[in-house]
Amino acid sequence: MAEAALRTAPPDRARLLQWLQTYGVYAGVALLLVVNTVITPHFLSAENFRTQAVQVAPVVIVALGMALVIGTEGVDLSVGAVMALAASVTALYLGYGLLPALLAVALFAAGVGFANGALVAFVGVQPIVATLALMVGGRGLALVLLPQLEDLRNPQLASLGSGDVLGVPYLILIAAVLALLVAFVVRRTTFGRQLLAIGDSRPAAELAGLPVRRVLIVVYVVCALLAAVAGVLATARLQASDPTSLGNLMELSAITAVVVGGTPLTGGRVNIAGTVAGAVLIQLLTATLIKHDLPPSWTQIAQAVVIVCAVYAARGRGKR
Amino acid sequence: MAPPAEVLAVRGLSKTFPGVRALDDVELTVHAGEVHALIGENGAGKSTLIKLLTGVYRPDAGRITFQGREVSFGTPLEAQKAGISTIYQEVNLIPLLSVARNLFLGREPRTRLGLLDFARMHREADEILSTYGVRVDVRQSLRTLGVGAQQMVALARAVATDARVVVMDEPTSSLEPREVETLFSVIRRLRDQGIAVIYVSHRLDELYAVCSKVTVLRDGRRVHHGDLADLDRIDLVSTMLGRELGEVREEGQTKFSGDHQIADEQPVLSARELSARHRLHGVSLDVRPGEVVGLGGLLGSGRTETAKAISGSLQLSSGTVTVAGVPLRGGSTPAAIRAGVSLLPEDRKSEGIVPGLSVRENIALAVLPRLSRFGLVSESRVDAIVDTFMERLRIKASSPHQKVGELSGGNQQKVLLARWLAMNPKVLLLDEPTRGIDVGAKAEVQKLVDELAADGLGVLLISSDLEELIEGSDRVVVLKDGAVVGELTGDEVTEDRLMRTIAGETPPRDTDEEAVTHG
Repeated sequence: MAEAALRTAPPDRARLLQWLQTYGVYAGVALLLVVNTVITPHFLSAENFRTQAVQVAPVVIVALGMALVIGTEGVDLSVGAVMALAASVTALYLGYGLLPALLAVALFAAGVGFANGALVAFVGVQPIVATLALMVGGRGLALVLLPQLEDLRNPQLASLGSGDVLGVPYLILIAAVLALLVAFVVRRTTFGRQLLAIGDSRPAAELAGLPVRRVLIVVYVVCALLAAVAGVLATARLQASDPTSLGNLMELSAITAVVVGGTPLTGGRVNIAGTVAGAVLIQLLTATLIKHDLPPSWTQIAQAVVIVCAVYAARGRGKR
Repeated sequence: MAPPAEVLAVRGLSKTFPGVRALDDVELTVHAGEVHALIGENGAGKSTLIKLLTGVYRPDAGRITFQGREVSFGTPLEAQKAGISTIYQEVNLIPLLSVARNLFLGREPRTRLGLLDFARMHREADEILSTYGVRVDVRQSLRTLGVGAQQMVALARAVATDARVVVMDEPTSSLEPREVETLFSVIRRLRDQGIAVIYVSHRLDELYAVCSKVTVLRDGRRVHHGDLADLDRIDLVSTMLGRELGEVREEGQTKFSGDHQIADEQPVLSARELSARHRLHGVSLDVRPGEVVGLGGLLGSGRTETAKAISGSLQLSSGTVTVAGVPLRGGSTPAAIRAGVSLLPEDRKSEGIVPGLSVRENIALAVLPRLSRFGLVSESRVDAIVDTFMERLRIKASSPHQKVGELSGGNQQKVLLARWLAMNPKVLLLDEPTRGIDVGAKAEVQKLVDELAADGLGVLLISSDLEELIEGSDRVVVLKDGAVVGELTGDEVTEDRLMRTIAGETPPRDTDEEAVTHG
C-alpha cells in the first residue's frame, strides 16, 4: 500500500512542481486578490489599485533588467546603487532642465553598466563579484556627488512623478511599455535569442560564433539604464533626491521578483510576464500584511516563504 | 568447479518516461567474476537500465535481486554502499580536491582525534593507484591529471568501496590505447577477484577483448543474451540494429563511399606553421574542395587543437590560416565563421549544443543574424531553414520545439551539422563526429560527410576510430606531440601505415610495405 503510494508520488510531484514553476506566481497573485477582496475593506477601489501599481512600478522596471542579466546566468547587484546615482545626477543637472538632466543620468548609468559588462565579459570576473564592486562604488559616487537629501522643485519632474493619462499614472504606463518592449526584445530579436543561448551554454555560444562579449556588455548596460529609469521615476515621485536610501535593497527585491516569476538563476530562460507578476505578488503580499497592521518583520518572513517556495519549484524543473 | 554465484538478477524491469517506454520487461543476469557486455544503439535503454540498477531512477515494475536479496535503491549512494559502483562516461569527481581526497571521499581515514589522517590517506592512495598504473603525486589536485588518469582514479575509487558489481558506462571514450590496456588488465583482475563487471561500450574490439557474456537491448527490450564468443561481429551488429545480416555485410563497416572527385584546384583551406604554446608546433596542412583530409594521431597529439586553431577558438602564437585565398584574422571565431569555416566540436554536450534551447533555436543559432532585419528575427525564414535541414538530415525530434538536450547523441550531432550547413560553409572541421552515437546514426553521419564532400566542401576529419578515419579520408595527415609527422596519400591510406606512422616508424616508400598493406 505504502509502496504503491511511493511509486506514484514522484511523477505527480514532478508535475505539480512544474505547474507551480510555470503558473504558481499567477496563482499566488490571484489568491491574494481573492483573499483581499474578502478580508480587506476598500480593497476593490481604483484608488487602492493605483497606489499599489505606482508603488510596484519601479521594482518592475528594475526587475526587467535583472531578468535579462539573470538570463545570461549572471546577476546585477549594482541596480540599487544605480538608482541612487540617478537620483544624485538628476539633482545636480536639473538646473539645466529636465532633458539635459536625463541625458546625464543615462550617461552615468551606461558607464556603470559598461563597467559591469566589461568586468564580466572581458576580465572574466564573476558577475556577483563584479557588480558587488559597482554596488559599493556606485552608491559611494552618488553620495560624493550629493551628500544629503535635496528637495527638487521642477514642475516637469513633478508631473513625471505624479501626472497621469486618463487616470493612469505615467509611472504605470512607463513600466508597462518597458515590460512589453523587453518581452519583445527577448522573443523576437537576434539579441534576445543570443542572450538566452549564452546563458544556457557560453562555450557553445562562443564556438557558434555569437558576439558573446558584445551581448553581455549590452545586457549590463540595459540593466543599468532600466535601473536609472526607476531611480529617476522614484525621485520624481518623492520630489526629492535621496541618494542615501533610494534603491536600498532594491537588488534583492528585483532578484526576488525574477526568481519568483519562474526565471531560473542558471540562465538560458527569461520569463518577463512572470517577472512582472513576481513583483506584483510581493507588492500585494506586503500591502496585505501592512493593511492588517502586522509588523514589518512579518512581511519579511512572508517574503522569505514565497522565495523558498519559488526556489523549491525551480529545483523540480532542474532535475531529469 | 562450482558454478559462479548469481550476483545480480533483474526480472521484468520496466520504466516509462513521458511519451517513451524506455525499458520493457527486461531481464539481466550477472554472475560473480563475469565481464558482461551490455550493448545496444542509443535509445535502446542501456542508460536507463544502468540508472535503475544504481538507484538514479525507480522502476515502474520489476524486481532487482542483488546477492540473493531483493533490493530497491533510493539513491546512487545506497547502491554504492550495497556494493554496486558505477563509472560514468564523464568523470564524476571533484577537480579541485587532491587525488587522494577524491579517492577516499566520504570514507577518509581518521586519526584518533577524528581528524583526517592525511599521511595514511596519501600512503594508501599511492599504493592503490600504482596498481592501476597511475603514478602521480596524490597531493596534487585532480584536475592537473589527464582525463585517462582521472578515469583510473574514478575506477580505483569505485572498486575500493567493496563493490561486488562495477558498472562501466563507456569507460574508454576518452582514454588512449595504452590506458585502455591498463583498464583491461584492471578489469581482468577484478574478474579474477570474483567481482562482476557490466561493460557498456560502442567499440566492438573492446567487447571481444574483455567480455565473456553479452546482453543486447533494442528499443527497450532484451533481444539477445548469452556467451559473447557464440556471436561474431556481424551477428552482433545485426542483432543490435535489428537488420538482416546480408544488408549489414553489404554496407561494410562504415558508410563512406571511398575516394572523392577532387577538383584539382587551389586549396580551400590552407594552414601554415600553426603554433600555440605547449600544444602546436608548426602544423601545416591543406584541404582542397571536395576533399576529406583525415587528421590522425593519438589523444593529445594536437588534433583537436589544430581544428580549434583553424576555427579561431585557440589563440595562436604564430601561423596563418587562409580560407579560399583570404587570410583569416587569428583568434576570432566569428571571423573564421564568416570566412566559411565551421567546427563541429569534440565535446558535443558542453561546447556544441545549447541544451535548454529547442531544436529550432539550436539550428538557427549561428545563422540568425542573416535571417534578421534590423535585429528582428524573421520567424518564417527560420522555419523554412529549420524544416529544410530537419528533413534533409533526418533529425528525429517530436517537434522543432523539443529541447535539444532531450535528443539522442546522434540527433544532437545532426542538429549541430544543420546549424553549420545553414551557414553555407566552405570548410567543415569535424572533431570526432561519430563519438558516442549509435551505429545507425553513425552510418548516417558518415554518409552525410561523404555527400557534403561530393558537393565540394573541404572536410577535415578527426576520429579516434581508425576504420572511420581510413575509409572516410582521401588523405591523412598524422600528428604527434603537436607536430606533423607524416602524411598518407592514395594507396598509403591504410590502418597499418597509419599505425606505423603514429608509432613513429617511417618506412621507406618502397616495396616491402606494399606486400603487408595489401596482403
